[in-house]
Amino acid sequence: MGFYFAQLLTGLANASSLFLIASGLSIIFGVTRIVNFAHGSFYMVGAYLAYTLVTMWSGSVLGFWGGVILAAVAVGLLGLVIELTILRRIYKAPELFQLVATFGVVLIVQDATLAIWGAEDLLGPRAPGLDRAVRIMGEPIPEYDLALIAIGPAVLLAIWLLFHRTRWGVLVRAATQDREMVGALGVNQAWLFSAAFVLGAFLAGLGGALQIPREAVSLQMDLSIIGEAFVVVVIGGMGSVSGAFVAAVLISVLNAFAILVFPQISIVLPFVVMAVVLIVRPYGLFGKPGSEHGSPEEPDQPLALVSQRSAMVMATAVAMLALSPAVAADFTMILLVDVMVATLFAVSLHFMMGIGGMVSFGHAAYFGVGAYGAAMAVKFFGFGMLPAMVFGPVCAAMAAIFFGWFCVRLSGVYLAMLTLAAAQILWGVTFQWQDFTGGDDGILGVWPAKWASSDQVYFYVAFVLCIGGIWFLRRAAHSPFGYTLRGIRDSQTRAEAIGINTNLHQWMGFALAGGFAGLAGVVFAFSKGSVFPDSLGIAQSIDGLIMVLLGGIHALAGPIFGAVAFVMIEDWVTRLDYWRFIFGAIILIVVLLAPDGIAGGVRRLLRAVKGGAA
Amino acid sequence: MTLIRRTVLGALAALPLAALAPQAHAADTIVLGEVNSYTRLPAFTEPYKKGWQLAVEQINAAGGVSGKQLEVISRDDTGDPATAIRIAEELVSKEGAVLIFGTFLSNIGLAVSDFAKQKEVLFLASEPLSDAIVWSKGNKYTYRLRPSTHMQAAMLAEEAAKLDAVKWATVAPNYAYGQDAVAAFKRELSKLRPDVEFVEEQWPPVFKIDAGSTVRALEASKPDAIFNVTFGGDLAKFVREGSLRFLFEDRDVVSLLTGEPEYLQPLAGEAPEGWIVTGYPATDITTDEHKAFADAYIEKFGEEPKTGSIVGYNSVLAIAAALEKAGSTDTEALLAAMEGLTVESSPTGPFTFRAADHQSTMGAYVGKTGLVDGNPVMVDWSYADGADYLPSEEEAAGMRPAE
Repeated sequence: MGFYFAQLLTGLANASSLFLIASGLSIIFGVTRIVNFAHGSFYMVGAYLAYTLVTMWSGSVLGFWGGVILAAVAVGLLGLVIELTILRRIYKAPELFQLVATFGVVLIVQDATLAIWGAEDLLGPRAPGLDRAVRIMGEPIPEYDLALIAIGPAVLLAIWLLFHRTRWGVLVRAATQDREMVGALGVNQAWLFSAAFVLGAFLAGLGGALQIPREAVSLQMDLSIIGEAFVVVVIGGMGSVSGAFVAAVLISVLNAFAILVFPQISIVLPFVVMAVVLIVRPYGLFGKPGSEHGSPEEPDQPLALVSQRSAMVMATAVAMLALSPAVAADFTMILLVDVMVATLFAVSLHFMMGIGGMVSFGHAAYFGVGAYGAAMAVKFFGFGMLPAMVFGPVCAAMAAIFFGWFCVRLSGVYLAMLTLAAAQILWGVTFQWQDFTGGDDGILGVWPAKWASSDQVYFYVAFVLCIGGIWFLRRAAHSPFGYTLRGIRDSQTRAEAIGINTNLHQWMGFALAGGFAGLAGVVFAFSKGSVFPDSLGIAQSIDGLIMVLLGGIHALAGPIFGAVAFVMIEDWVTRLDYWRFIFGAIILIVVLLAPDGIAGGVRRLLRAVKGGAA
Repeated sequence: MTLIRRTVLGALAALPLAALAPQAHAADTIVLGEVNSYTRLPAFTEPYKKGWQLAVEQINAAGGVSGKQLEVISRDDTGDPATAIRIAEELVSKEGAVLIFGTFLSNIGLAVSDFAKQKEVLFLASEPLSDAIVWSKGNKYTYRLRPSTHMQAAMLAEEAAKLDAVKWATVAPNYAYGQDAVAAFKRELSKLRPDVEFVEEQWPPVFKIDAGSTVRALEASKPDAIFNVTFGGDLAKFVREGSLRFLFEDRDVVSLLTGEPEYLQPLAGEAPEGWIVTGYPATDITTDEHKAFADAYIEKFGEEPKTGSIVGYNSVLAIAAALEKAGSTDTEALLAAMEGLTVESSPTGPFTFRAADHQSTMGAYVGKTGLVDGNPVMVDWSYADGADYLPSEEEAAGMRPAE
């Protein structure tokens, strides 16, 4: 009995840590509708600042808690600076575009932290006066865990009081429910947004600072927490702080007990719980309908058909690409194949997001299934390259049909998070099931057939498949099916009213996008000769998301611009020291110059040039 | 609009063409290609980079190899196997690298080794520990320097067999490295001590350990001893929670790699005492070769060498020896030279690349953790020669796929 009680307390202590970071994320999303990837960075910076302060004033109780609070305040100020200089300028951008800016911030903070505090992990002091364990029912429980168990609910209470007993809090809650109405009533939204962002950053910083007595401060802290923090926010319901608390307790306590039975479960447990919760309750435990979408925005302009002149230009560009092997060297072919793979992947994601209106945070799942499908067909069934290239996308489409069935029942960020859960579960299975998938040692020896083994020939194989795929998806966007999807995206209610089966169409759109992501995965697998679980990991999904958003979600050319720019810039900057800083800065510059994506920026530039000429 | 769009796209596509011409390198230099996870894991790869930089500088100062200067072109793989392969291709075909060395993460090491096999270029896997690189997924073009998971686990199993402990629990990060290490340790220890039993295993996700719950799960099984494979941030959390909750009281702990300065030093004054570990006692090693190396290293970088430093340094020593022996930079000649290549003098002593499985016999230091003046160090250590902890060459050759 004592043992299980102690395990419960351990789970509750973890829950408090998780709650602190998730609550800030939830508040920021609730008010500003920003999906803040940089929240993990705030957490990490909070921990590093607290390490410096607490070590400086080590030993005294006041020094410790003073250092923790001061670090959190400093992170709040950092949040203010980011909000004022970057995010404030792009609130009017398309839904989720701010996410790209926060991704840039993540990159910059990673390198800045490395430059300031160095590469080595730093172990801070324990909390003075709370550095031992006490016996409860005969089991040793660290005093600091008990302190954390008290701090979590205390912070929840403080937030509750702030939201229910102050005018500011009332406004925040009002904004969470209906931002436009709050604006219409004359409330200064800019000020409200800044304040919410600062509060969120402060809480993340506090969460990080309070970890000092528990773990070494490291450069992995930002990315290792952010996924779980999102999961907690979504389970609780976006914007609901008490929901975040319940979800944090649920996840942490479940984990504490589950590892007694299944020691391997930790890698997928949060995502399994999230998937189950979202299937049963589409808005999370405490979320309300309407909490799923980002900022209200103008409906898309209808897609224009291509003029004859543009079609000729397009054909010329494709022909140039087709002729490039005649002049370019081998390594250039490899890079161009990577560019084409990324472009097809981004175009397929754009088909889902831009045409279908279904945001995906887990599109890599289908890319990876395609790659693994082909690799396993080669390894286990002895398929040749071409049959395997058919088999992979079919697997990906099947996976998309399976997971899509669940996903299309949701919308907005909840749909996106369910796609993420699906991807993480697939990743977990691939990672864990060593006998079948090779685990993280992957599958090796997936090279092209003899006739296609030269870089030039494989370039043409990739060219035909990728450009063909892009062309097909472009046609699909202009087909009656594409019109229907766009109609559903713009107004689900009206589409239903004219007799369209919206779920079915979205489901098929999901499957089509998944199948073509799988095609990209197949081309990728044979160009690299090996597949690893990374190909269905979060990083791959995020890369695709950044390509689509950075390129411009409202134009069919957006993902093409985005993917080409992303791969080319990354290939170039990784040659430099502190390249993440430079890459992040480039992303921020693009974001600030072109809040409608590269495609939108180019369009405006062109209009300006034409106007000047006339 | 479309016009500009496509022109821009075309221009972007043509961009790499501008950089077409292979880089011209002076005829009296030999270019070595190097790939590693410099941004993903700077704590381990920075010392490694300093190590090979020192070796290159020393060799060039002494006149280079066969009168030619060595030049290393080093790139960051961003922690992604696919990127690593693209970079390897570029190093070989654009920069004119005669071979590739480096990598830290096992999956990247495996990806590059498969690339080396396909493109028929020599690859020296410096840091990855995975057994698969030389055994189940070994190939003709890939050699590995660092003592592998199996070797280090076998060194610890030998020490563990001397303990009275019978009931063992294991804790390891949940991925190939952790799984291989636990499997090898169980296998080797059971061979030496058929009476031991393994009563509990914990598999926290790498870098995401829930240390409190893991410690309690281990405690619940009441083991006599614990075999630990967690490292980095996970290790710090595990040590903290474990000592708070008395997990290590009256228990032996055997811990892989924990004696390496990269992992031990961040624990500072809280480093556990008396754990049996593999590692690297750095400046406590007093052989002439090591003293010369350590002095030069401290002189150049102002800090003590770490495990990565010695791996980076020995990598370049091995490559220089292979180039010398081959007398050319042709891949077939280099492969012939690598087979059974012996590096007579290195800071860690002589080592040989076995012809049968391409694993070097470079060893590791086995000892106990301790605190001297509040600083964590290895005590009672001795050098374990890698050759003693490898299966026989016939047995090892049998584990490799047929060429």
